[in-house]
Amino acid sequence: MGNPNKAKAESGIMRWVDDRFPATQMWQDHLSKYYAPKNFNFWYFFGSLALLVLVNQILTGIWLTMSFNPSAEGAFASVEYIMRDVEWGWLIRYMHTTGASAFFVVVYLHMFRGLLYGSYRAPRELVWIFGMTIYLALMAEAFMGYLLPWGQMSYWGAQVIISLFSAIPAIGPDLAQWVRGDFLISGITLNRFFALHVVALPIVILALVVLHIIALHEVGSNNPDGIDIKQKKDETGKPLDGIPFHPYYTVKDLFGVAVFLFVFCVVVFYFPEGGGYFIEKPNFEPANPLKTPDHIAPVWYFTPFYAILRAITFSLFGLDAKFLGVMFMGAAIAVLFVLPWLDRSPVRSMRYKGWISKVMLALFAISFVILGVLGVLPATEGRTILAQVCTAIYFAFFLLMPIYTRLEKTKPVPERVTG
Amino acid sequence: MKKQLFALLFALVPCTAMAAGGASVPYSMEPDLQDQASLQNGMKLYVNYCMGCHSLEYQRFARAAHDLGMPQDLVEENLIFSSDLAYNDQLHIAMDSGDAEGWFGAPPPDLTLEARLRGTDWIYSYLLSFYKDPSRPTGVNNAVFDLVAMPNVLEPLQGVQEKVCAETDRPVEGAELDPLTGKYQSCETLQVTQPGEMEPDEFEEAVYDLTNFLAYVGEPSKLQAQTLAPKVLIFIFIFGVIAYLLKREYWRDIH
Repeated sequence: MGNPNKAKAESGIMRWVDDRFPATQMWQDHLSKYYAPKNFNFWYFFGSLALLVLVNQILTGIWLTMSFNPSAEGAFASVEYIMRDVEWGWLIRYMHTTGASAFFVVVYLHMFRGLLYGSYRAPRELVWIFGMTIYLALMAEAFMGYLLPWGQMSYWGAQVIISLFSAIPAIGPDLAQWVRGDFLISGITLNRFFALHVVALPIVILALVVLHIIALHEVGSNNPDGIDIKQKKDETGKPLDGIPFHPYYTVKDLFGVAVFLFVFCVVVFYFPEGGGYFIEKPNFEPANPLKTPDHIAPVWYFTPFYAILRAITFSLFGLDAKFLGVMFMGAAIAVLFVLPWLDRSPVRSMRYKGWISKVMLALFAISFVILGVLGVLPATEGRTILAQVCTAIYFAFFLLMPIYTRLEKTKPVPERVTG
Repeated sequence: MKKQLFALLFALVPCTAMAAGGASVPYSMEPDLQDQASLQNGMKLYVNYCMGCHSLEYQRFARAAHDLGMPQDLVEENLIFSSDLAYNDQLHIAMDSGDAEGWFGAPPPDLTLEARLRGTDWIYSYLLSFYKDPSRPTGVNNAVFDLVAMPNVLEPLQGVQEKVCAETDRPVEGAELDPLTGKYQSCETLQVTQPGEMEPDEFEEAVYDLTNFLAYVGEPSKLQAQTLAPKVLIFIFIFGVIAYLLKREYWRDIH
């Protein structure tokens, strides 16, 4: 029965299953005989941690859904009901709110690892693009989830972001109204965001994660040296510098999980508001369409892009500043998608790239953090200039990449992986 | 790896300072949720002085009784005044919000989450900062919340406080530091001019208890979190040690 070329158990229940479903084959392909480079370092923990946080979000999310009331009249009260009257409700909710921020922390570090070691380079372009699509879906997921508690910042944050659509010439205002389903954010918006947040986007994200991992396992993992471990194999065809993902990386990641969970639980139990960044203070007041908060700031993980939006204070080519800002914000994310084709360096890893690449990456990372901080703060003249400088650096990192990666002198790449 | 972790840590430090934000207030207080006597006194003050107008829509009497260590009969006798309210009910008020809007201009807000919205420092400072101002309809104004519609309901306890020209240790906006005395000379200083039932120290303690109670009400789960946290963290720590040893054992043959 079944395909004789597939790996199968000798006998017993597993054999019965293997004749009908490639369980043993899949176990081998993705874990016990998936050879990963043996020199993964600290930066390689964040992929598996992102998966852990995803599971956390889905499980806690399911339980929150059981007690949440997705209506303008009941949403805020039902969150407090979860916090007070539902057994362990406070813990489930804090795991979900902290999980949202933790997701972006690990995903940003995971993406930075990609930039550092050239994990997006051929043949891993699709791995990168699937990953970027996950990031995009995650931003939509987080944005819609933030409206659900129906606090002041939920309401006004959504108001600001959805109004960005209205900056698009001609169709803008109608588009924004179509997204809201109303003339202003209302219970209708809340209901559709709830549907998208708990059903549509999780399905999309899960499917993309599967694609991301299948694509990765097809081409194999990159490593800090950015060299191909499949070039050097032993007589049995195993890469000399590769080790089976299971058990080596499963036990190593287990340790990473413990460290992560420790930090995560410290936040969940002692600082669930994250100093006002994970849960913003105005959100302890129910949404009030007639009262605008003094200062509207998006949640921290969106602030770099929000700062780019606000940095565009000038009109250009007949396009007004607001629309141009939206275009720049969109471009800041879109440019990441084409990254695999911008990097023309003969080497993948930053370890062997020249000094220009290193300086550019450092400047990029610093600019991104500064933009993130500026996005939280109210705009002043000085801060706007700083945001403009950082925006310029952000784009220069990508747009000049085809030039500086070709010009600079790279170091020789070793034959085998180093420590 | 260690260096990178530290770099990350330091990069995050300025954020926490910034997040605190908000307007500055003259006094600060540190809530102590373990101090049941203070919390009980705070609740007593709340139901006697605040609950005429301010509900706690999400806080149940029964939950407070359980968390603050008060027996049911005592709570029912001394803290539940309305025959419409039962032990398991939330701290609802009888005042109609439409009437309230007519009387005060805006209905008095529910205070369940006030401590999380404005912070305990703000509540503590606000309650201590009423002063006599005959130009206001209520006869008082507030140094923390200018033109506030709320009267000073704690005046019988505090007495009448007025703005006077005096010396103070605390920095005052616009006032200059006297280099000889090390004090600020300001005409914005608040001082009790007609004593109430309590001495100023006693009154500050009462306001502390009241604020402490509101800190509890804002997040009752904090008590559970504080009890549970050490157990969870110790478990994860031990799990981490075992995971590390396991990893080391498996990786022994990788060179």
